[in-house]
Amino acid sequence: MEIKQISVFIENKKGRLKKAIDTLSKAEINIRALSIADHTKFGILRLIVSDNEKAKNAFQKNSFVVKENDVIVVEIPDKPNGLNSVLTILDDENINVEYLYAFVGKTDEAIVVMRLKNIEEGIKALKSKNANLLTRTYIDNL
Amino acid sequence: MVWNKEAECMEKKEKEKLQLKLLKETVQKAYENVPFYKKRFDKLKIKVEDIKSLKDIEKLPFTTKTDLRDAYPFGMFAVPDDDIVEIHTSSGTTGKPTVSGYTEKDIEIWSEVSARSITMALGTKGDKIQNCYGYGLFTGGLGIHYGSHKLGATVIPISAGNTKRQVEVMKDFQSTILTCTPSYALYLAEVLEKEGLTPEEISLKSGIFGAEMWTEEMREELEKRLGIVALNIYGLTEIIGPGVAQECTAKTGLHISDDHFYPEVIDTKTHEPLKEGEKGELVLTTLTREGMPIIRFRTKDITALRKGKCECGRTLVRMNRITGRSDDMLKIRGVMVFPSQIERALLKIDDLSPNYQIVVTRPKHLDELEIRVEASANLFSDEMKQIEESETKIANIIHKEIGLRVNVSLAEPETLPRSEGKAVRVLDLRKFD
Repeated sequence: MEIKQISVFIENKKGRLKKAIDTLSKAEINIRALSIADHTKFGILRLIVSDNEKAKNAFQKNSFVVKENDVIVVEIPDKPNGLNSVLTILDDENINVEYLYAFVGKTDEAIVVMRLKNIEEGIKALKSKNANLLTRTYIDNL
Repeated sequence: MVWNKEAECMEKKEKEKLQLKLLKETVQKAYENVPFYKKRFDKLKIKVEDIKSLKDIEKLPFTTKTDLRDAYPFGMFAVPDDDIVEIHTSSGTTGKPTVSGYTEKDIEIWSEVSARSITMALGTKGDKIQNCYGYGLFTGGLGIHYGSHKLGATVIPISAGNTKRQVEVMKDFQSTILTCTPSYALYLAEVLEKEGLTPEEISLKSGIFGAEMWTEEMREELEKRLGIVALNIYGLTEIIGPGVAQECTAKTGLHISDDHFYPEVIDTKTHEPLKEGEKGELVLTTLTREGMPIIRFRTKDITALRKGKCECGRTLVRMNRITGRSDDMLKIRGVMVFPSQIERALLKIDDLSPNYQIVVTRPKHLDELEIRVEASANLFSDEMKQIEESETKIANIIHKEIGLRVNVSLAEPETLPRSEGKAVRVLDLRKFD
């Protein structure tokens, strides 16, 4: 159920974000989800893309620092309390969320990417409460 | 006021006669008592008798900081250890420091030149000198201290730091002369303003500022904000400490006590002596030191000399304020830092690209050091806090190495200038000219 996310180091300088996105587009990689965490001097671009290996190679070839790590992707009802219901499950089990970001898919549901401190326990907890964890295949077809 | 009119206002001919006599004595002493000099002179086939005129000093080899370091700890001493009454070291923070040993007579000389300096900065017997130079192995604190005693003034040996207390003492004791680094003086000015104290409410009349490079603009600012005359002092541990040279209120250069320290300025590339007024590296020879005579010490400080009588009446040769270095040493908040030390610290970190850049700025007149390193997979993380932790970790390692707090920031790979020499490694954005 873990999904591989890739992160890219972006210096806070003119044209750097554009360069990163250009790199993906030249490699014909589709971005499924994206978020940027920003700091005064740099940003972290987090991405879920159609082809991780290809994306990583393209970034590295263009001298970007790339990291790959596991996140979970959960589909939640796009209505009040939707996100809260998922967070409650994690909260009850004392599982910390490092960060999350959301996007809207083609369905009526909202999709949330979460980075958990303990991903295995998180998956276990969410599964036991029947949360809708998305698989790689499902995401690829979004 | 001139502290020692006879010495400080000496006629040119008489001065040169004295200098030649002292130079011969120094060369003799160095040759006979310091194996380092004996070896070096013998190798170059130089004899003491070869020194027939002051110009003959050019035949003598230079002494470098590396030579002094190699002689650590006491290899440069020219007297038996029991004749040494005090030891100081340079402000370098790592590796072996350079050691300076003083006999009783050396301390007397130091007191004398320091008393001259304080007098040049309007100091008299009646003054209260708030001495914020650090006391200890660093020569700053004690150099001023001895000069103040010699002068008969009241020294307040408060040493560096504890700004709140500095302000309190300045106010309550009515200090009249402030001695510290110019950047600390400016910081003090800010604190005084914050406390609502105007220059009229404090008793300061002058400041003796040194141990780092500063500018005319900074002088103006210090004079305005503290209501003082701000003057430049110069000195170095290898030679004696503060008091080697000092500006008088004419502000036309720093008077070198050239009856004790013989100055030359050389071309940094050819090492040929330069003419009066030409800019180059200052080279100093001690003329009177007993404990540790030093011949042609390359200070690496860039300046130019000016001879002739000053409007203050002194004939001591003047040097321009220091405008740079002939090596890559940086002085950050008064502390010597070499890029190589930072490099050494960075090499201790695994998987770190050896490319780095040192950026020095002086926002609000206080030096800031930023070290930029290229992000690697090892340092990078998808989590902000982990990147910050990496930066802090690197900053701590550098802090251990150089003794100064620095800011570390990550740069994208292959974006920092590649190693092509020191110029690109260091970006010194402070202005000294």
